[in-house]
Amino acid sequence: MDIAQLQAYGYFALTTVLVIGLYGYIYHLYSKKKDVDGIDYESYSDMALKDDIDDTPVSSISDEKVTREGVKEK
Amino acid sequence: MENRPLEYDYTIAKMFMLTTIVLGIVGMLIGVVLAFQLAFPGINLFLGEGLAEYTNFSRLRPLHTDAVIFGFTLSGVFATWYYVGQRVLKVSMAESKLLMILGKVHFWLYLAVVAAVVVSLFAGVTTSKEYAEFEWPIDIGVVLVWVIWGVGMFGLIGIRREKSLYISIWYYIATFLGIAMLYLFNNMEIPTMLATSDVGESGIGAWYHSVSMYSGTNDALVQWWYGHNAVAFGFTVPIVAMIYYFLPKESGQAIYSYKLSLLSFWGLMFVYLWAGGHHLLYSTVPDWMQTMGSIFSVILILPSWGSAINMLLTMKGEWQQVAASPLIKFMILASTFYMFSTLEGPIQAIKSVNAIAHFTDWIIGHVHDGVLGWVGFMIMAALYHMAPRVFKREIYSKSLMVAQFWIQTLGVVLYFTSMWIAGITQGMMWRAHDEFGNLAYSFIDTVTVLHPYYAIRGVGGLLYLVGFLMFAYNIYKTMSARPVEAGELQSASPMGA
Ligand code: HEM
Repeated sequence: MDIAQLQAYGYFALTTVLVIGLYGYIYHLYSKKKDVDGIDYESYSDMALKDDIDDTPVSSISDEKVTREGVKEK
Repeated sequence: MENRPLEYDYTIAKMFMLTTIVLGIVGMLIGVVLAFQLAFPGINLFLGEGLAEYTNFSRLRPLHTDAVIFGFTLSGVFATWYYVGQRVLKVSMAESKLLMILGKVHFWLYLAVVAAVVVSLFAGVTTSKEYAEFEWPIDIGVVLVWVIWGVGMFGLIGIRREKSLYISIWYYIATFLGIAMLYLFNNMEIPTMLATSDVGESGIGAWYHSVSMYSGTNDALVQWWYGHNAVAFGFTVPIVAMIYYFLPKESGQAIYSYKLSLLSFWGLMFVYLWAGGHHLLYSTVPDWMQTMGSIFSVILILPSWGSAINMLLTMKGEWQQVAASPLIKFMILASTFYMFSTLEGPIQAIKSVNAIAHFTDWIIGHVHDGVLGWVGFMIMAALYHMAPRVFKREIYSKSLMVAQFWIQTLGVVLYFTSMWIAGITQGMMWRAHDEFGNLAYSFIDTVTVLHPYYAIRGVGGLLYLVGFLMFAYNIYKTMSARPVEAGELQSASPMGA
């Protein structure tokens, strides 16, 4: 087998793996509906809608930082 | 300082808003000049014979493309990043001195690179690779600007309060990584001063000149892998980032399906990188690569429409907003044009269609329904949404916006319809032959036939430019319009009559 043929098989294999990965991801998204933190994917839209600096994060990175909340008043 | 409430800091965003507008005007003005030069060649000499070197079509064309791509569009991407980034990560740039400094260095270095590009291209100093015309010293500047942006971006992500990254952030990150990889690989070049010729001469050519490390077919392959993905990561990915933030925010509607947005993201990343081969159909690159380019181009419809439909459905039940708000109009037309050009592109990538379309004005038409209808409209909409929030004033005039919307829409329609007709006419005339295989037309025959369409395109482009000037004026006047309260800025932007 020459290098071009190897490349072609390699390319085909890679494409197949990526396709399976992508479809697996679709299946995961629509069957589980929630991510590992138990948060519904759809609620992440709020990251844009409630984006003032004193709005509560959808899931905050640490409790310590959330206490800044309310420091600012509007 | 202690007691001051924390606020988002839009200093850098404002700076980039300014360059978006200024470079937009410059780039589109040159575009209009080019369009009329093609229709009326005398305009090549509009400053007289003596200056013809600087005013001819070929000198100005790369100035147009680079000014609108790396000037207007990229400034728009940076401006929106420095706005959206802070907001969806819920962290202010003011919280980190380092990030503020990086932001400022990013801006000023970017401006220096822009100046170097303008001067060198006017002087005719170019590597002659499309969209990669800059000589190596400028390339080094470009890389620096990019790295600084990246450090600032990941720095901001590092100090965020929101744990998850909003979908727009994914797209901004992809823009950063994608362009970094593409730009580096396509601009691999060797300064000619380091070269030695066969007969032993060394230090060849000016110090700033370089030659590409690739040649022949390889060069073409790398160039169009770059060229097409510059469309992907410059004209698509960051603009999708914008619409995923600005449309929901302005309309007050949650994204129709957040899951679909994630899915289209990975689909787009997966498919886009392989489609560049469609620029090289019927060329010397291997046949399987051309076929792959065609196939992936057709598949590309799926993730593209995934995003676009997601945006249109976000307006479900809220269509009265499209009628009521010119800002929403801009965004809905933008996503419609996105659907339109991502359908047109795959059609052009089909081999038999490409046999007619390649090298014709149909391609120019396709480019511009994308960039004028999608990229231009979305960036202007983003700046309109940002203006009241960064200046804390209402948008100066709603009626001016409405007028601008219709003038520019008409401009885009005139542009692409004339180029369709011109392109297909050209394609058909070039290949027409008699029963013995003799070509039916000479080149000049096509030029004569195309003249009216070139004139129409010029008028369409002029209308778009006029609309852009109205946009610039509106934003300028917004800076001194009626001040607004924070409460008015929740969703729909406040606008004066
Ligand atoms: C007032 C608006 C504009 C006008 C009148 C205009 C006009 C033109 C003209 C005459 C050309 C050369 C076509 C040829 O060589 O036959 C061109 C090329 C190009 N323009 Fe524009 N343009 C405008 C806006 C824009 C914008 C906003 C962008 C991008 C954001 C853009 C991106 C490009 C690109 C990428 C090309 C090269 C296309 C190719 O080589 O296939 N243009 N434009």
